Amino acid sequence: MTSVSAESALVVAGILFVLGLVGVMVRRNILFVLMSLEIMLNAAGLAFVVGGARWMRPDGQVIFIFILAVAAAEVSVGLALFLRFFHHFRTLNSDEASALKG
Amino acid sequence: MASFPPSTSRISCHDHKKTRRRYRSKRKPVNFFFYLASAVAIVSTLMVITRSNAVHALLYLVVSFLAIAVIFFVLGAPFIAALEVIIYAGAIMVLFVFVVMMLNPGRPTARRNRGMILRVWTGPSFLALILFVEFLIVLSGRSHALASRPVTPKDVGLSLFGPYLLGVELAAMLLLSGIVGALHLGQRKKSSAHRFFENGGPS
Repeated sequence: MTSVSAESALVVAGILFVLGLVGVMVRRNILFVLMSLEIMLNAAGLAFVVGGARWMRPDGQVIFIFILAVAAAEVSVGLALFLRFFHHFRTLNSDEASALKG
Repeated sequence: MASFPPSTSRISCHDHKKTRRRYRSKRKPVNFFFYLASAVAIVSTLMVITRSNAVHALLYLVVSFLAIAVIFFVLGAPFIAALEVIIYAGAIMVLFVFVVMMLNPGRPTARRNRGMILRVWTGPSFLALILFVEFLIVLSGRSHALASRPVTPKDVGLSLFGPYLLGVELAAMLLLSGIVGALHLGQRKKSSAHRFFENGGPS
């Protein structure tokens, strides 16, 4: 019985993930939606690192590096989409783009 | 409640005894550091999703990433903690700040007064100060770790370029497609200076 239990660390990751999910669902500003997506990705990575520390294997950290790459690609494309959205609709409200056309 | 095992079979018996003794003495502080960093992370994340100004939310988001980096360090993953600070809190947040600066979706700056500015920067800097002090204490005590032995960057590198080599190449292709996608989405339609130059200009 040494130290922090894996359960408590996973509970922290779960709380952060739920906070990010609430942010995605509640906020209508696209910038805040992107930030909440970052929070969710980070919480998932935290869960992987906790698993890696629990069994003392480097695999969890390797998966975290992959999540980092995915987050970087997602943020670059997401922010480019965000700029296009803002120049097209002149607003940040994501409900403006709820109708498809064509 | 299952805990992290005190040692692995990979370290010798002498190390085993030593680490177990160290853990018994350092157990409470390490627990406390973990919970303190977790509390800072949760509070700053709550502040992120409740702010109305984008730049204030970005400040709290940086503090949240720093808190998660401290959690990684306490959990025995120092390499991932450094990557979290450099890439998440450094690169990705700078990208967000650039976009916010380009658009300036916030309120006009004329409304600000001194008291509001004071209130805005005290929150994130107070949380960051807590994290900084905690990080210094953890570093000086050399009480890494929940796991009895931190997973070193060497282990991570050997695993990353050994069995996960295919994943590394897939990540490289994903990043390349991200670059191409951002470039394609970011370019605007060219506007010609005069209608004389439209349709390929003079021929």
